[in-house]
Amino acid sequence: MQTETVQITVKLFASFRAGRFVEAKQTCVPGTRIADIISRLEIAPKDIGMIMLDNRHAEPEQPLHAGARLSLFPLLGGG
Amino acid sequence: MESLQRFLRANAPGGLLPWSRQAAAAEAFHQSWAEIEAAALALGLLPCRYQRNRQSISVEQQLRLFQSRVAVLGCGGLGGHVIEQLARLGIGSIVAIDPDVFEEHNLNRQLLSTIASLGQPKVEAARARVAAINPAVTLLPIRDTFAPSNGIGLLTGSQVVVDALDSVDTRLALAESCAELGIPLIHGAIAGWYGQVVTQYPGELSLRRLYPAGVASKGTEQQLGNPAFTPAVVASMETAEVAKALLGIGKALRGRVMTVNLLEMTFDEIVFEDGVPPHRAPLILPDPPGGKLPDGGVASTNIVPWSD
Repeated sequence: MQTETVQITVKLFASFRAGRFVEAKQTCVPGTRIADIISRLEIAPKDIGMIMLDNRHAEPEQPLHAGARLSLFPLLGGG
Repeated sequence: MESLQRFLRANAPGGLLPWSRQAAAAEAFHQSWAEIEAAALALGLLPCRYQRNRQSISVEQQLRLFQSRVAVLGCGGLGGHVIEQLARLGIGSIVAIDPDVFEEHNLNRQLLSTIASLGQPKVEAARARVAAINPAVTLLPIRDTFAPSNGIGLLTGSQVVVDALDSVDTRLALAESCAELGIPLIHGAIAGWYGQVVTQYPGELSLRRLYPAGVASKGTEQQLGNPAFTPAVVASMETAEVAKALLGIGKALRGRVMTVNLLEMTFDEIVFEDGVPPHRAPLILPDPPGGKLPDGGVASTNIVPWSD
Protein backbone atom coordinates (compact mmCIF):
# COMPACT_ATOMS: atom_id res chain seq x y z
CA MET A 1 0.00 0.00 0.00
CA GLN A 2 1.39 3.36 -1.05
CA THR A 3 1.53 6.11 1.59
CA GLU A 4 -0.09 9.36 0.50
CA THR A 5 2.35 12.28 0.35
CA VAL A 6 2.15 15.96 -0.48
CA GLN A 7 4.77 18.18 -1.96
CA ILE A 8 5.58 21.65 -0.66
CA THR A 9 8.15 24.28 -1.56
CA VAL A 10 10.46 25.72 1.07
CA LYS A 11 12.42 28.94 0.65
CA LEU A 12 15.13 29.82 3.14
CA PHE A 13 16.55 33.24 3.89
CA ALA A 14 19.80 34.70 5.19
CA SER A 15 21.92 32.34 7.33
CA PHE A 16 19.45 29.44 6.97
CA ARG A 17 20.80 28.94 3.44
CA ALA A 18 24.28 28.03 4.66
CA GLY A 19 24.75 24.30 4.11
CA ARG A 20 21.13 23.90 2.98
CA PHE A 21 19.49 25.52 -0.05
CA VAL A 22 17.76 28.67 -1.25
CA GLU A 23 14.58 27.00 -2.45
CA ALA A 24 13.67 23.32 -2.62
CA LYS A 25 10.73 20.94 -2.93
CA GLN A 26 10.01 18.86 0.13
CA THR A 27 7.84 15.78 0.33
CA CYS A 28 5.86 15.11 3.47
CA VAL A 29 2.84 13.22 4.74
CA PRO A 30 -0.49 15.05 5.11
CA GLY A 31 -0.76 16.78 8.45
CA THR A 32 2.90 17.65 8.61
CA ARG A 33 3.33 20.90 10.52
CA ILE A 34 5.70 23.77 9.81
CA ALA A 35 7.59 22.84 12.98
CA ASP A 36 8.23 19.36 11.54
CA ILE A 37 9.88 20.86 8.47
CA ILE A 38 11.97 23.16 10.67
CA SER A 39 13.09 20.09 12.62
CA ARG A 40 13.81 18.12 9.43
CA LEU A 41 16.03 20.95 8.20
CA GLU A 42 17.89 20.87 11.53
CA ILE A 43 17.11 24.50 12.24
CA ALA A 44 17.02 25.32 15.95
CA PRO A 45 13.54 26.62 16.85
CA LYS A 46 15.13 29.46 18.81
CA ASP A 47 16.72 30.75 15.60
CA ILE A 48 13.37 31.06 13.80
CA GLY A 49 12.02 34.57 13.38
CA MET A 50 9.35 35.17 10.79
CA ILE A 51 7.45 32.35 9.11
CA MET A 52 5.42 32.99 5.96
CA LEU A 53 3.04 30.39 4.52
CA ASP A 54 1.53 31.22 1.14
CA ASN A 55 2.47 34.88 1.58
CA ARG A 56 0.83 35.11 4.99
CA HIS A 57 2.26 35.17 8.45
CA ALA A 58 2.19 31.68 9.99
CA GLU A 59 2.86 29.85 13.25
CA PRO A 60 4.99 26.70 13.68
CA GLU A 61 2.00 24.55 14.61
CA GLN A 62 0.17 25.19 11.35
CA PRO A 63 -0.20 22.15 9.06
CA LEU A 64 1.08 22.17 5.49
CA HIS A 65 -1.17 21.44 2.54
CA ALA A 66 -0.20 20.17 -0.90
CA GLY A 67 1.49 22.91 -2.88
CA ALA A 68 2.17 25.04 0.19
CA ARG A 69 4.89 27.64 -0.09
CA LEU A 70 6.81 28.08 3.11
CA SER A 71 9.39 30.80 3.79
CA LEU A 72 11.62 30.73 6.86
CA PHE A 73 13.55 33.73 8.16
CA PRO A 74 16.11 33.71 10.98
CA LEU A 75 15.63 35.85 14.05
CA LEU A 76 17.68 39.04 13.64
CA GLY A 77 18.05 41.00 16.85
CA GLY A 78 21.31 42.89 16.54
CA GLY A 79 21.75 46.62 16.36
CA MET B 1 14.62 90.69 12.79
CA GLU B 2 14.48 92.65 9.58
CA SER B 3 18.16 93.51 9.85
CA LEU B 4 18.98 89.82 10.39
CA GLN B 5 17.06 88.95 7.28
CA ARG B 6 18.88 91.66 5.38
CA PHE B 7 22.21 90.38 6.69
CA LEU B 8 21.45 86.80 5.66
CA ARG B 9 20.25 87.78 2.20
CA ALA B 10 23.31 89.96 1.66
CA ASN B 11 25.62 87.13 2.74
CA ALA B 12 24.10 84.31 0.72
CA PRO B 13 25.30 84.69 -2.86
CA GLY B 14 23.25 82.51 -5.16
CA GLY B 15 20.97 81.65 -2.24
CA LEU B 16 23.75 79.76 -0.44
CA LEU B 17 24.79 80.76 3.08
CA PRO B 18 28.38 79.83 4.01
CA TRP B 19 29.04 78.55 7.53
CA SER B 20 31.35 81.48 8.28
CA ARG B 21 28.49 83.94 7.60
CA GLN B 22 26.03 81.78 9.57
CA ALA B 23 28.41 81.92 12.52
CA ALA B 24 28.95 85.66 12.03
CA ALA B 25 25.19 86.23 12.06
CA ALA B 26 24.86 84.26 15.29
CA GLU B 27 27.46 86.46 16.93
CA ALA B 28 26.25 89.75 15.53
CA PHE B 29 22.58 89.16 16.35
CA HIS B 30 23.11 87.24 19.61
CA GLN B 31 21.22 84.22 18.36
CA SER B 32 22.04 80.53 18.37
CA TRP B 33 23.40 78.74 15.33
CA ALA B 34 20.11 76.85 15.22
CA GLU B 35 18.07 80.06 15.19
CA ILE B 36 20.18 81.44 12.36
CA GLU B 37 19.87 78.22 10.35
CA ALA B 38 16.09 78.23 10.79
CA ALA B 39 15.88 81.91 9.85
CA ALA B 40 17.96 81.35 6.71
CA LEU B 41 15.90 78.38 5.58
CA ALA B 42 12.67 80.30 6.23
CA LEU B 43 14.01 82.98 3.86
CA GLY B 44 14.66 80.33 1.21
CA LEU B 45 18.41 80.53 1.77
CA LEU B 46 20.28 77.24 1.91
CA PRO B 47 23.24 76.79 4.27
CA CYS B 48 26.12 75.76 2.00
CA ARG B 49 26.43 72.43 3.79
CA TYR B 50 23.16 71.32 2.17
CA GLN B 51 24.14 72.38 -1.34
CA ARG B 52 24.44 68.80 -2.56
CA ASN B 53 20.98 67.98 -1.20
CA ARG B 54 19.47 70.13 -3.92
CA GLN B 55 17.12 68.39 -6.36
CA SER B 56 16.69 65.59 -3.83
CA ILE B 57 15.62 67.86 -0.94
CA SER B 58 14.28 71.36 -1.60
CA VAL B 59 14.92 74.37 0.65
CA GLU B 60 11.34 74.12 1.96
CA GLN B 61 11.87 70.46 2.77
CA GLN B 62 15.21 71.27 4.37
CA LEU B 63 13.35 73.67 6.68
CA ARG B 64 10.85 70.98 7.56
CA LEU B 65 13.66 68.57 8.43
CA PHE B 66 15.31 71.24 10.55
CA GLN B 67 12.05 71.80 12.45
CA SER B 68 11.75 68.05 13.14
CA ARG B 69 12.69 65.96 16.13
CA VAL B 70 13.71 62.30 15.77
CA ALA B 71 14.37 59.88 18.62
CA VAL B 72 17.06 57.22 18.11
CA LEU B 73 16.94 54.23 20.45
CA GLY B 74 20.39 52.72 20.66
CA CYS B 75 23.70 54.41 19.79
CA GLY B 76 25.64 51.31 18.75
CA GLY B 77 26.11 49.83 15.28
CA LEU B 78 22.88 51.05 13.72
CA GLY B 79 22.38 54.08 15.95
CA GLY B 80 25.82 55.57 15.36
CA HIS B 81 25.31 55.62 11.60
CA VAL B 82 21.71 56.80 11.91
CA ILE B 83 22.68 59.73 14.17
CA GLU B 84 25.55 60.70 11.87
CA GLN B 85 23.23 60.71 8.85
CA LEU B 86 20.38 62.52 10.61
CA ALA B 87 22.79 65.29 11.62
CA ARG B 88 24.23 65.62 8.12
CA LEU B 89 20.71 65.48 6.66
CA GLY B 90 19.83 68.50 8.79
CA ILE B 91 17.34 67.10 11.31
CA GLY B 92 17.14 69.96 13.80
CA SER B 93 16.66 67.93 16.96
CA ILE B 94 17.86 64.40 17.70
CA VAL B 95 17.14 62.52 20.92
CA ALA B 96 19.77 59.82 21.47
CA ILE B 97 18.95 57.15 24.05
CA ASP B 98 21.39 54.46 25.22
CA PRO B 99 22.52 53.31 28.68
CA ASP B 100 25.91 51.88 27.64
CA VAL B 101 29.54 52.95 27.44
CA PHE B 102 31.85 52.01 24.56
CA GLU B 103 33.81 48.78 24.85
CA GLU B 104 36.63 47.45 22.72
CA HIS B 105 34.44 44.93 20.88
CA ASN B 106 32.37 47.87 19.54
CA LEU B 107 35.31 49.16 17.47
CA ASN B 108 34.70 46.82 14.51
CA ARG B 109 31.47 48.56 13.50
CA GLN B 110 30.18 51.29 15.78
CA LEU B 111 30.81 54.62 14.08
CA LEU B 112 30.94 56.67 17.27
CA SER B 113 33.45 54.38 18.98
CA THR B 114 37.15 55.23 18.97
CA ILE B 115 40.05 54.25 21.17
CA ALA B 116 39.66 57.60 22.91
CA SER B 117 35.96 57.04 23.60
CA LEU B 118 36.33 53.60 25.22
CA GLY B 119 34.60 53.73 28.59
CA GLN B 120 32.63 56.84 27.68
CA PRO B 121 28.82 56.91 27.45
CA LYS B 122 27.69 56.32 23.88
CA VAL B 123 25.21 59.19 24.06
CA GLU B 124 28.02 61.60 25.02
CA ALA B 125 30.04 60.48 22.01
CA ALA B 126 26.93 61.10 19.90
CA ARG B 127 26.57 64.61 21.30
CA ALA B 128 30.22 65.43 20.59
CA ARG B 129 30.06 64.01 17.07
CA VAL B 130 26.94 65.95 16.10
CA ALA B 131 28.38 69.15 17.57
CA ALA B 132 31.47 68.63 15.42
CA ILE B 133 29.35 68.10 12.28
CA ASN B 134 26.80 70.86 12.76
CA PRO B 135 26.44 72.90 15.97
CA ALA B 136 23.05 74.09 14.69
CA VAL B 137 21.71 70.57 15.23
CA THR B 138 20.64 69.83 18.79
CA LEU B 139 21.39 66.37 20.15
CA LEU B 140 19.77 65.55 23.47
CA PRO B 141 21.76 62.72 25.11
CA ILE B 142 19.74 60.46 27.40
CA ARG B 143 21.78 57.79 29.17
CA ASP B 144 18.95 55.48 30.05
CA THR B 145 17.38 52.15 29.13
CA PHE B 146 14.09 52.30 27.28
CA ALA B 147 11.24 50.64 29.15
CA PRO B 148 7.46 50.84 28.99
CA SER B 149 7.55 52.85 32.23
CA ASN B 150 9.68 55.67 30.78
CA GLY B 151 8.76 55.29 27.10
CA ILE B 152 6.14 58.01 26.92
CA GLY B 153 8.47 60.56 28.48
CA LEU B 154 11.38 59.63 26.22
CA LEU B 155 9.41 59.69 22.97
CA THR B 156 6.88 62.49 23.40
CA GLY B 157 7.65 65.36 21.06
CA SER B 158 9.43 63.28 18.43
CA GLN B 159 7.80 62.95 15.00
CA VAL B 160 9.60 59.72 14.12
CA VAL B 161 11.33 57.05 16.22
CA VAL B 162 14.26 54.94 15.00
CA ASP B 163 14.76 51.42 16.35
CA ALA B 164 18.51 50.83 16.60
CA LEU B 165 18.22 48.55 19.61
CA ASP B 166 19.84 45.16 20.17
CA SER B 167 17.08 43.40 22.08
CA VAL B 168 13.86 41.92 20.73
CA ASP B 169 11.96 42.51 23.98
CA THR B 170 12.86 46.19 24.05
CA ARG B 171 11.94 46.54 20.38
CA LEU B 172 8.46 45.17 21.00
CA ALA B 173 8.00 47.46 24.01
CA LEU B 174 9.17 50.39 21.87
CA ALA B 175 6.65 49.48 19.17
CA GLU B 176 3.86 49.52 21.75
CA SER B 177 4.88 52.94 23.07
CA CYS B 178 5.07 54.33 19.52
CA ALA B 179 1.62 52.97 18.73
CA GLU B 180 0.25 54.53 21.91
CA LEU B 181 1.77 57.90 21.03
CA GLY B 182 0.84 57.69 17.34
CA ILE B 183 4.46 57.95 16.18
CA PRO B 184 5.83 56.07 13.14
CA LEU B 185 8.60 53.60 14.02
CA ILE B 186 11.46 52.81 11.67
CA HIS B 187 12.76 49.33 12.51
CA GLY B 188 16.13 47.90 11.59
CA ALA B 189 17.93 44.80 12.82
CA ILE B 190 21.09 42.97 11.82
CA ALA B 191 22.96 39.69 12.25
CA GLY B 192 26.14 38.85 10.38
CA TRP B 193 25.82 39.61 6.67
CA TYR B 194 22.04 40.01 7.01
CA GLY B 195 19.59 42.69 7.95
CA GLN B 196 15.98 43.78 7.77
CA VAL B 197 14.14 47.09 7.66
CA VAL B 198 10.46 47.93 8.06
CA THR B 199 8.45 51.05 8.80
CA GLN B 200 5.54 50.56 11.15
CA TYR B 201 2.82 53.17 11.56
CA PRO B 202 0.43 53.05 14.52
CA GLY B 203 -2.09 50.23 14.12
CA GLU B 204 0.23 48.10 12.02
CA LEU B 205 1.75 44.84 13.24
CA SER B 206 4.86 44.29 11.14
CA LEU B 207 7.17 43.86 14.15
CA ARG B 208 4.88 41.20 15.56
CA ARG B 209 5.39 39.25 12.35
CA LEU B 210 9.15 39.58 12.50
CA TYR B 211 9.15 38.71 16.20
CA PRO B 212 6.29 36.31 17.01
CA ALA B 213 5.28 35.78 20.60
CA GLY B 214 7.73 33.71 22.59
CA VAL B 215 10.89 34.35 20.55
CA ALA B 216 14.18 34.92 22.33
CA SER B 217 15.38 38.43 23.08
CA LYS B 218 18.62 37.88 21.15
CA GLY B 219 18.78 36.49 17.62
CA THR B 220 21.27 34.81 15.32
CA GLU B 221 23.67 37.75 15.78
CA GLN B 222 24.84 35.91 18.88
CA GLN B 223 26.47 33.31 16.63
CA LEU B 224 27.06 35.45 13.53
CA GLY B 225 28.28 38.67 15.13
CA ASN B 226 28.02 41.95 13.23
CA PRO B 227 30.71 43.06 10.76
CA ALA B 228 31.38 46.70 9.84
CA PHE B 229 29.29 46.99 6.68
CA THR B 230 25.94 45.52 7.73
CA PRO B 231 24.93 48.22 10.23
CA ALA B 232 25.99 50.94 7.79
CA VAL B 233 23.70 49.56 5.05
CA VAL B 234 20.69 48.98 7.29
CA ALA B 235 21.13 52.32 9.10
CA SER B 236 21.19 54.11 5.75
CA MET B 237 17.92 52.46 4.75
CA GLU B 238 16.38 53.44 8.09
CA THR B 239 17.50 57.06 7.66
CA ALA B 240 15.96 57.22 4.19
CA GLU B 241 12.68 56.03 5.72
CA VAL B 242 12.95 58.76 8.38
CA ALA B 243 13.40 61.43 5.71
CA LYS B 244 10.43 60.15 3.69
CA ALA B 245 8.20 59.96 6.76
CA LEU B 246 9.05 63.51 7.81
CA LEU B 247 8.64 64.94 4.31
CA GLY B 248 5.64 62.85 3.27
CA ILE B 249 7.27 61.77 0.03
CA GLY B 250 8.02 58.50 -1.72
CA LYS B 251 6.68 55.08 -0.83
CA ALA B 252 7.16 54.08 2.78
CA LEU B 253 8.33 50.57 3.67
CA ARG B 254 4.96 49.82 5.25
CA GLY B 255 3.20 46.48 5.21
CA ARG B 256 6.35 44.92 3.79
CA VAL B 257 9.83 44.20 5.08
CA MET B 258 13.02 44.61 3.09
CA THR B 259 15.49 41.86 3.82
CA VAL B 260 19.17 42.47 3.14
CA ASN B 261 21.61 39.70 2.28
CA LEU B 262 25.06 41.17 1.71
CA LEU B 263 26.71 37.76 1.29
CA GLU B 264 24.65 37.06 -1.84
CA MET B 265 24.01 40.80 -2.39
CA THR B 266 20.25 40.42 -2.70
CA PHE B 267 17.44 42.56 -1.36
CA ASP B 268 14.10 40.78 -1.00
CA GLU B 269 10.83 42.55 -0.38
CA ILE B 270 8.43 40.47 1.70
CA VAL B 271 4.89 41.79 1.42
CA PHE B 272 2.53 41.16 4.32
CA GLU B 273 -0.71 40.51 2.47
CA ASP B 274 -2.42 40.46 5.83
CA GLY B 275 -0.10 43.01 7.42
CA VAL B 276 -1.77 46.34 6.82
CA PRO B 277 -5.51 46.89 7.28
CA PRO B 278 -7.09 48.09 4.00
CA HIS B 279 -7.60 51.60 5.31
CA ARG B 280 -3.90 51.70 6.18
CA ALA B 281 -2.64 50.36 2.88
CA PRO B 282 0.93 51.35 2.03
CA LEU B 283 0.94 54.96 1.05
CA ILE B 284 1.81 56.16 -2.41
CA LEU B 285 2.96 59.66 -1.63
CA PRO B 286 3.61 62.64 -3.91
CA ASP B 287 6.61 62.38 -6.18
CA PRO B 288 9.85 63.76 -4.75
CA PRO B 289 11.35 66.84 -6.40
CA GLY B 290 14.09 64.66 -7.89
CA GLY B 291 11.66 62.90 -10.21
CA LYS B 292 8.82 60.47 -10.49
CA LEU B 293 9.01 57.07 -8.91
CA PRO B 294 8.71 54.06 -11.17
CA ASP B 295 5.45 52.16 -11.12
CA GLY B 296 5.07 50.40 -7.82
CA GLY B 297 7.54 52.75 -6.22
CA VAL B 298 10.37 50.30 -5.68
CA ALA B 299 12.98 49.44 -8.26
CA SER B 300 15.64 46.77 -8.41
CA THR B 301 14.23 44.51 -5.74
CA ASN B 302 12.98 40.98 -5.86
CA ILE B 303 9.33 40.56 -5.01
CA VAL B 304 9.20 37.71 -2.55
CA PRO B 305 7.79 35.25 -1.93
CA TRP B 306 7.04 33.78 -5.28
CA SER B 307 6.95 35.96 -8.29
CA ASP B 308 5.23 33.42 -10.53
